[in-house]
Amino acid sequence: MSKHHVSTIINGEPAEFLCETQQTLLDTLRDVLGLTGSKEGCASGDCGACSVIVDGRLVCSCLMLGVEAEGKSITTVEGIASGDHLHPVQQKFLEHAALQCGFCTPGFIVAAKALLDDNPNPTETEARYWLAGNLCRCTGYDKIIRAVMDAAAEMRGETVR
Amino acid sequence: MPKVVISGTSCQRFTGGRTELEVAATNFRRLVLELDQRFPGLGKQVEDSMAVAIDGEIYQDAYSVALHPDSEIYLIPKIAGG
Amino acid sequence: MNYVPSDLKVVGTRPVRPDGVDKVTGRAQFGADMVMPGMLWGKVKRSPHAHARIVSIDANKALKLPGVKAVVTADDFPDIPSEEAFVGEGPMNFRDLSRNCLARGKALYEGHAVAAVAAISQAVADEALELIDVKYEVLPHVIDVEAAMKPDAPVLHDDLFTANVEPKPTKPSNIAKRVYFNKGDVAAGFKQADVVIEGRYTTEPVHQAYIEPHACLCSYGADGQSTIFSSSQGQFMVRSYVAKLLGIDIANIRATAAEIGGGFGGKTLVYLEPVALALSKKCGRPVKMQMTREEVFRASGPTSGAVMDVKIGAKKDGTIVAAQHVLKYQAGAFPGSPIQPGCMCGFAMYDIPNVEVTGYDVVSNRPKVAAYRAPGAPIASYAVECAMDDLARRLGVDPIALREQNGARNGTKTHYGPTHQNIGFLATLAAAKSSAHWKSPLKPGQGRGIATGFWFNIGGESSAAVHVAEDGSVSAVSGSPDIGGSRASIGMMVAEVLQVPAERVRTIVGDTSSIGFTHVTGGSRVTFATGMAATMAAEKVVEQLKNRAAMIWDITPEAVDWRDGEAPPAGTNAGAFEPLSLAEIALKAARTGGPISSEVSVNAQGAGPGFGAHICDVEVDRETGQVTIVRYTAVQDVGRAIHPSYVEGQIQGGAAQGIGWALNEEYIYDRNGRMDNPGFLDYRCPVASDLPLIETIMVEVPNPRHPFGARGVGEVPIVPPMAAVGNAIRDAIGLRMPSLPMSPPKVRAALDVANGDD
Repeated sequence: MSKHHVSTIINGEPAEFLCETQQTLLDTLRDVLGLTGSKEGCASGDCGACSVIVDGRLVCSCLMLGVEAEGKSITTVEGIASGDHLHPVQQKFLEHAALQCGFCTPGFIVAAKALLDDNPNPTETEARYWLAGNLCRCTGYDKIIRAVMDAAAEMRGETVR
Repeated sequence: MPKVVISGTSCQRFTGGRTELEVAATNFRRLVLELDQRFPGLGKQVEDSMAVAIDGEIYQDAYSVALHPDSEIYLIPKIAGG
Repeated sequence: MNYVPSDLKVVGTRPVRPDGVDKVTGRAQFGADMVMPGMLWGKVKRSPHAHARIVSIDANKALKLPGVKAVVTADDFPDIPSEEAFVGEGPMNFRDLSRNCLARGKALYEGHAVAAVAAISQAVADEALELIDVKYEVLPHVIDVEAAMKPDAPVLHDDLFTANVEPKPTKPSNIAKRVYFNKGDVAAGFKQADVVIEGRYTTEPVHQAYIEPHACLCSYGADGQSTIFSSSQGQFMVRSYVAKLLGIDIANIRATAAEIGGGFGGKTLVYLEPVALALSKKCGRPVKMQMTREEVFRASGPTSGAVMDVKIGAKKDGTIVAAQHVLKYQAGAFPGSPIQPGCMCGFAMYDIPNVEVTGYDVVSNRPKVAAYRAPGAPIASYAVECAMDDLARRLGVDPIALREQNGARNGTKTHYGPTHQNIGFLATLAAAKSSAHWKSPLKPGQGRGIATGFWFNIGGESSAAVHVAEDGSVSAVSGSPDIGGSRASIGMMVAEVLQVPAERVRTIVGDTSSIGFTHVTGGSRVTFATGMAATMAAEKVVEQLKNRAAMIWDITPEAVDWRDGEAPPAGTNAGAFEPLSLAEIALKAARTGGPISSEVSVNAQGAGPGFGAHICDVEVDRETGQVTIVRYTAVQDVGRAIHPSYVEGQIQGGAAQGIGWALNEEYIYDRNGRMDNPGFLDYRCPVASDLPLIETIMVEVPNPRHPFGARGVGEVPIVPPMAAVGNAIRDAIGLRMPSLPMSPPKVRAALDVANGDD
């Protein structure tokens, strides 16, 4: 079976790769490009551990084919921080202890960033419904929601540090 | 002499149903050896699958734990977890 | 306990965990993230039948497919004899474990592994699976626990005879064993009762549902030395189980614990590692395997489903005089449900003079159950705590008051024998009673429930090391995989002993060649046992540091103190020396005797048990049957919270799993014994929009056996939620839901029956 050549932009950098027809974007990121930050939890779009941002839109990379990335701009968890400068969502996750095993964390970081890009002032309910596509089994979501709300406040310039 | 009570059912086939025993042993290792002498096979069963609770504190896999005549001593099924 | 709370500078604070940045940036390596040169992909062929004899397996076509490098079946595993051992997290028969990894003779559940293949890509491996021709003779199957107990049920194992019954049975059975605990005389006890509550309760199997599927990368070297990189709750367990199953010397395997994406007990055994290593041995290349989510559901252990009959009798004044419980737990395809702890935990919160508990471990054609957070206890407590709630109503007493009146305290004799010591149940109840939640009014239509729970917590073998580097910076090595932030707590305890800030200690998890033997991460044992080893190692390092300072100053070691991370002279008599810092002492380590480090291995005893009390408020949509949790508070005695955020996190996470167990999670089977809902869409775990913030109230009743007073905390919080939710629903709609999950169709059906519309 011959592979497809794909040109795309990943985390701001041009990226070219070869992938098989049936390989999902998640498979491609992980197994072809070595970007293992996005995780496979279900391969059916139900857990959100594979969340990435494609042309500004939050997407489960397991539900997209690698070939569909042609010409698109993709942000993965590896692209959320700027060098060693963490994004406020990442920083707040650490401060609030919003992770225990950390497996769902990349998906949540990406999804939370997408939330705050879309709505800088979500209510707790809005945050919970936006993040309902990301499963966490360890935390019960409490500290995750607190971290996201706190990050939002900081990004709005509201927290006094 | 320390008195040992065996909780649960897994040892009954060795002791013929007896659950309370007076033993000469002064630590868990000696208890296992003594039980095996009196009821062949019981020592291994106890060592492999039982914990000992002494005055309410549970010890697992601890040969040297001491048994005193005035202690409450129970053999209970080993505890695991998840 | 040697460290006084008022003196603590690090323990009890909330520093950022040492592995945190890696986890929020996607850099941390989990089981499926590792690659090796020459790596192949392994996949498993699984039985489509719930019960079948395996007549033949023909892999010739698969082996001829280009890109396929090896195929294994049970014939590639030694046929080990039945061996009962208590290892890992519960009773384990290695023969059963071997047959669970690759079926021998019979497929015992849909999804049971029968063969595996290694190929150059996942696509080729999948194609090869299709080419493996397995011929089955389909047998009648049985799923339900009571159906499996019937004398005419299809029998899974013809060498399984019910243990602990007299006379010894001659016919094989699906009842693996009977368990019995008795205190006093229940018949006499019930005669004294003015009020007797009876109830039949059923639960379905639920899965731990860790978000990370099982994954491993195994490499068998030409010299017989192997490496295993896998997601597990214990790298030493992986090493010894694989060694046992494949007939290898333990020391020939080096197992590394990958970061683990959840376990909750479900990763305290092996599924893929022996298979991957056998494949690697056959073809001489590393083999990577990971389960799909479907495979996780179909072929890795959920916890038991159960049928229970509970009876509690009390006097008018609220004194409970007798309690009886019959529990039937389903073990899956091989014996080994958590029936023993289930039988011990249900009434462990109470002081009852007459108690009789009978339990049955029953096999059926389902995946073999694995440990799940306080195994056995949540199921038993669901029945007991719902019955207690009914009892309180019948007596007309407050549910907390009823539990306080009959609650276990120091000196209470349990029904399984030992007397409780140093426990915090009453303190937990008191904290629940005085909580803001309990005192707050309910809105119209809402209901409130409370339930309590108990778990033993264990100690066990742990190793930890502390090393001072040449520049005075400190590293700590833990033998325990970190599932929930334990690396942080261990580093904090070391920092506390060394009296340096938490950030000065870097903690990693060592592999099997780099640190001493350590029992699995589970049983709520790591902060207790590995923390104990780490504390002791740090104390030994402090002694060494003082000795080295003494040598540098040419005085006796008794004349040196250790304070705030440096060595001052003990008094003015010792000499007018400026304190020596860690860096200054480390610089001279070679000259003063060599590297400054210590490794300690312990078999920690004296893990204190834990109690929890959960308060739950619900609203029930009478049209749809949907139950919404509007407020939830979890109270627990935690001994001493080393890192309070992670203790809170354990409590919240356990509560959330319990809520899912209560309301939606279950295995649904079709009439062919195949699981209908092996995915996260239809196996419905709680999501963020299902839950409110979960308030945690930590009661600190220190455990004197731990240097800092810590108790295990991880498992207790999953024990109360199902009954807390059930009791809240009872309060809201006046109906007792006796079967889990209390999902919308069932709540709606119960409402219909109550309204007289059938």
